[in-house]
Amino acid sequence: MVEITNKSIKNWSIVGPRPTLGLVLFEIAKSLENLMVVTADVSTSAGLDRYRKTFPEKFVDTGISEQNMIGIAAGLADNGYKVVTTTFAPFQTLRCLDQIKVDLAYSEIGVTMVGLASGLIQGPLGNTHCCIEDIGVLRSIPNIVILSPADGLGIAKSVIASLQTDKPVYIRLTGGANHPIVYQNDVDYTIGKFIQLLEGDGISIIATGTIVYNALKAAELLKQKGITVSVYDAHTIKPLDEEVVKKCAETDRLIVTVEEHNVFGGLGSCVSECIVKHKNATTHLALGVDDVFLHPGDYNFMLKQAGLLPEQIAESILIANSTL
Amino acid sequence: MLDPEKKNFLDSISKKIRKKCIEVANLKNPNATHLGGALSSVDILVMLYYEIMKYDVSKPEWEFRDRFFLSKGHSILGYYSILSDLGYFSDEELYSYGQNLTRLPGHPVRNKNMGIEFTNGSLGMGLAVAIGHSIAAKRRDLNYHTYVLMGDGECNEGSVWEGAMAAPHFKLNNLTAIIDNNGLQQTGTNSEILKVDDFVKRFESFGWVAVEVDGHNHEELHKVLLVNESDKPRIVIAKTVKGKGFSFTEGNNAWHHGVMTKDLYNLALEELKQK
Repeated sequence: MVEITNKSIKNWSIVGPRPTLGLVLFEIAKSLENLMVVTADVSTSAGLDRYRKTFPEKFVDTGISEQNMIGIAAGLADNGYKVVTTTFAPFQTLRCLDQIKVDLAYSEIGVTMVGLASGLIQGPLGNTHCCIEDIGVLRSIPNIVILSPADGLGIAKSVIASLQTDKPVYIRLTGGANHPIVYQNDVDYTIGKFIQLLEGDGISIIATGTIVYNALKAAELLKQKGITVSVYDAHTIKPLDEEVVKKCAETDRLIVTVEEHNVFGGLGSCVSECIVKHKNATTHLALGVDDVFLHPGDYNFMLKQAGLLPEQIAESILIANSTL
Repeated sequence: MLDPEKKNFLDSISKKIRKKCIEVANLKNPNATHLGGALSSVDILVMLYYEIMKYDVSKPEWEFRDRFFLSKGHSILGYYSILSDLGYFSDEELYSYGQNLTRLPGHPVRNKNMGIEFTNGSLGMGLAVAIGHSIAAKRRDLNYHTYVLMGDGECNEGSVWEGAMAAPHFKLNNLTAIIDNNGLQQTGTNSEILKVDDFVKRFESFGWVAVEVDGHNHEELHKVLLVNESDKPRIVIAKTVKGKGFSFTEGNNAWHHGVMTKDLYNLALEELKQK
């Protein structure tokens, strides 16, 4: 469906998540007869210009009307189309949440929704365009799958996987152009199964989205101080990989979650709920946005306010570890 | 032109469906049902299901079937009663309405085998789904027509107007929206709550073919629903009476969601006999 080569992986990293989405959908459209991409006046932002011109019969623009977009997507999917909707994450999720619940989840209609520029990358535009709430609101709706890729390869894998399920799927795109690569080569990808990137001793970092790279860098910093940590890519938020969390809860003294999302309702909440279910003696450090609207600014400034830069993640883990 | 025999037939079906509505409402006693809006839409639904739409009960997912979406999802008593009457499910199942484990809750849930095209209940959503079906028909060159029934109060929802803009944009002349314009919504008249008058003018300005008819007159409904020769989507503003059919329900907004007592049920049966 999509050719995965070292060249494409590098290219996806350079162009960033949104153009990557466009490139991936373009490749898929060549062979998937019943693909239909539905946008709310964001084809340029989603890297879909070439797609729109090449496959006009597989493209619908609903204009800036996200509620309408989800309803139309549901109607198309009900007629056998594999539908991908996309717009910026706050509008793809919060603006049309009731439609997602009723038209997709409750109606058991499989549509892939891609939230563009989620997390903090839109910091310069302010908190209307940042999105630290999408996981929290969506995971409370039954039947929905939530994916959160770590890099360009992750985007390709998640889009392909989403089109192979019959469930509504939300794909959360974080990060920007020239983002570091987490996966240099192709990797086995299964919805609901975390991918272990590093193996450590007694501490596990479970991270999601492009911030996975910062978790890996934090692990390097900790290694320099003699602390080895495991790092997992939680590319699926829902269904959560409870097996891995259970294993960590049983073997580790500290579990750390790292996400570009409110610490309320996101990956940290998912993991915490799971830890309590299996074993409540493990300490959990939840790193993310601490339930505040951050001061607008560039991406690095936003991550710094949230304590998500590699050295900040490492420092938080050192402090938590020292108090155990 | 609807011949007199057909008109009599449709009128008799409407009477039968209204009887089923009050039977189901009676079984729900002492719980309330959304009877008023169901009774106002019965004649429209009867026209669609018994005269206008093409479908095959034995093949509920037949690709070429016309689609119907009840966007005012609370008005399901008439809808369920008709689907049951047509044989999509039994009367026994109809009377399970609102019971524990029923497949027929107070708002419809998508179940193609039961003839229920889509889930509804949260207002303002049906039009967009219907548009999706209409676009699919155009893209695949399938000759089916899509109908959606909305409430006038429902048109308070902004999402209705997103759809109102979209349907003409996509030139969906295979789409017909109908507004059950009974003039009442949950807590008052349309004018008191949020003025939504001049539906014809409003929709025409959005690019629809808009016509107003008596929503209880099968001849008028037949005339406007039969064919759409325009390249625009069509909307029918059906002027109706909320609670149509019984002296104590007509125009009485207490029946937006009211309790059918045994005495009222008996009175309703008496009134039906006299018609």
